[in-house]
Amino acid sequence: MTLLSIDTALVIEKLILIAVIIFASLGIALYTTFAERKVAAILQDRPGPNRAGPFGLLQPFADGLKLIAKEEIIPSGANKWLFILGPGLAMTAALMTCAVIPWGDKVELFGRTIALQVADINIGFLYIFGVVSLGVYGVMIGGWASNNKFSLLAALRGASQAISYELAMGLSMIALLMMTGTLQLGEIVKQQTGPGHHWNVIYQPLGFLIFLVCAFAECNRTPFDLPEAENELNFGYHQEYSSMKLGFYLFSEYINMFISSAVMATLFFGGYDLPFFNPANHTPNFAATIGIITLMAKVVMFIFFFMWVRWTVPRFRYDQLMNLGWKSMIPLALVNMLVTAVVILMRH
Amino acid sequence: MQALTNRVIAVNRKPITFVESLYLWNILKGMMTTFSHIFKKKPTIYYPEVKRPFSPVFRGLHVLNRDEEGRERCTACGLCAVACPAEAITMEAAERVEGEEMLYREEKYAAKYEINMLRCIFCGLCEEACPKDAIYLSETFAPANFNRRGFIYGKPDLLIPNPLSQAADLALAKGN
Ligand code: SF4
Ligand code: SF4
Repeated sequence: MTLLSIDTALVIEKLILIAVIIFASLGIALYTTFAERKVAAILQDRPGPNRAGPFGLLQPFADGLKLIAKEEIIPSGANKWLFILGPGLAMTAALMTCAVIPWGDKVELFGRTIALQVADINIGFLYIFGVVSLGVYGVMIGGWASNNKFSLLAALRGASQAISYELAMGLSMIALLMMTGTLQLGEIVKQQTGPGHHWNVIYQPLGFLIFLVCAFAECNRTPFDLPEAENELNFGYHQEYSSMKLGFYLFSEYINMFISSAVMATLFFGGYDLPFFNPANHTPNFAATIGIITLMAKVVMFIFFFMWVRWTVPRFRYDQLMNLGWKSMIPLALVNMLVTAVVILMRH
Repeated sequence: MQALTNRVIAVNRKPITFVESLYLWNILKGMMTTFSHIFKKKPTIYYPEVKRPFSPVFRGLHVLNRDEEGRERCTACGLCAVACPAEAITMEAAERVEGEEMLYREEKYAAKYEINMLRCIFCGLCEEACPKDAIYLSETFAPANFNRRGFIYGKPDLLIPNPLSQAADLALAKGN
């Protein structure tokens, strides 16, 4: 029965890795909420939250405590189960993407070589795509189940926005795929590491730009935060939510931001690769640590970029959003794909 | 059409140029603007720790004065209440009886004197109207309260400490 023999150590190792990654993601998302407020404040010449703890560092916990202590309200007209399912789904989908991201190279612990990636599946790209599309169900179900017309409108907007921008995102990914020839994220990072190799952003600047814009749209971040447009839809799809269910929605937005930053860093900026640092010259554990720190630095940079854009650019109008998506992004992505294909053909 | 003032600016109705229609360049310019604000000095005053000084003519919470011998100056003439545009002041007069000469300066005094701080607009007209130098506006403001009743200040809240018997309290209230 070799077919069913399970490597127990491997299972334990993966479970620990999953727990670490999930807690790290939650922790980072927690502090991203804090960073968001700080960045907003600093860009607007304010000090920002500075009362809870030194430099206001305990602020996210105070926020969380406040959300938990709030009254839990389920509207009487709402579909109870879907109403509860919505935020959970949003959160799960947000967290599921981190399974395929290579957080670093291998480490050696207790005589075992552990890959710092939960699952290096050979359809990593497609997996991310699938999970990201699932995320919109959280918005849809939440908006639908609330039995509120504003929420429903916001959910519809969210869905159409996600569909429009997923197309362009997919096309920009196809160009990248033609270049790398693999769907495996670990492999893509390896192609970008080491001397003589360059980050994909050098070969695919337009593709990266399209991917970036689409990532903004997928994360519902300003300038594309139409599902939560306060001035026309009150609060958007989470209008009827209170307490921790609202917290889950808000939180999943930050996790999404963190994950898409990690995905962008992996696909276009070499993942855990630090330029001019050759991991072969160092012990694997040291190299892996440097790799993790590098990836985190890239992610933090991207998150700052997300926030920087949020506090600079006002929200798009809905028709502008659709125009940009269908009339600019998709044709651009198609051109990018064609040019990439022609160049690859000519080099062969 | 003739312009009404010299500050008229014509609305720019030119169609957006190619560079503008790309968004990116202008977004980049905007981002540079916001980025430059990181290095700007913050005008914030960290309130409970740092307080802005009041101007010497600040009109704040009222006090009822006493003379050098610690006697209440107010004679309940009602001129302040008449002068008050917000009708914030009410009082009840009483006659001074034998043996109260060290308490009240005049033969008639205010047995009850109330100012509703929610009505008051801190205009200082009561201060100007008073013939006895009895009411003054100080340099503090009314603190927050949980109910309306707390904003009606009576004599115990308004009277300054007695300069003879409560000299230390008076010095404290004056802030030195
Ligand atoms: S300050 Fe003005 S409004 Fe206030 S009590 Fe005096 S007269 Fe009335
Ligand atoms: S405070 Fe002055 S004006 Fe008002 S009643 Fe007393 S003496 Fe008259």
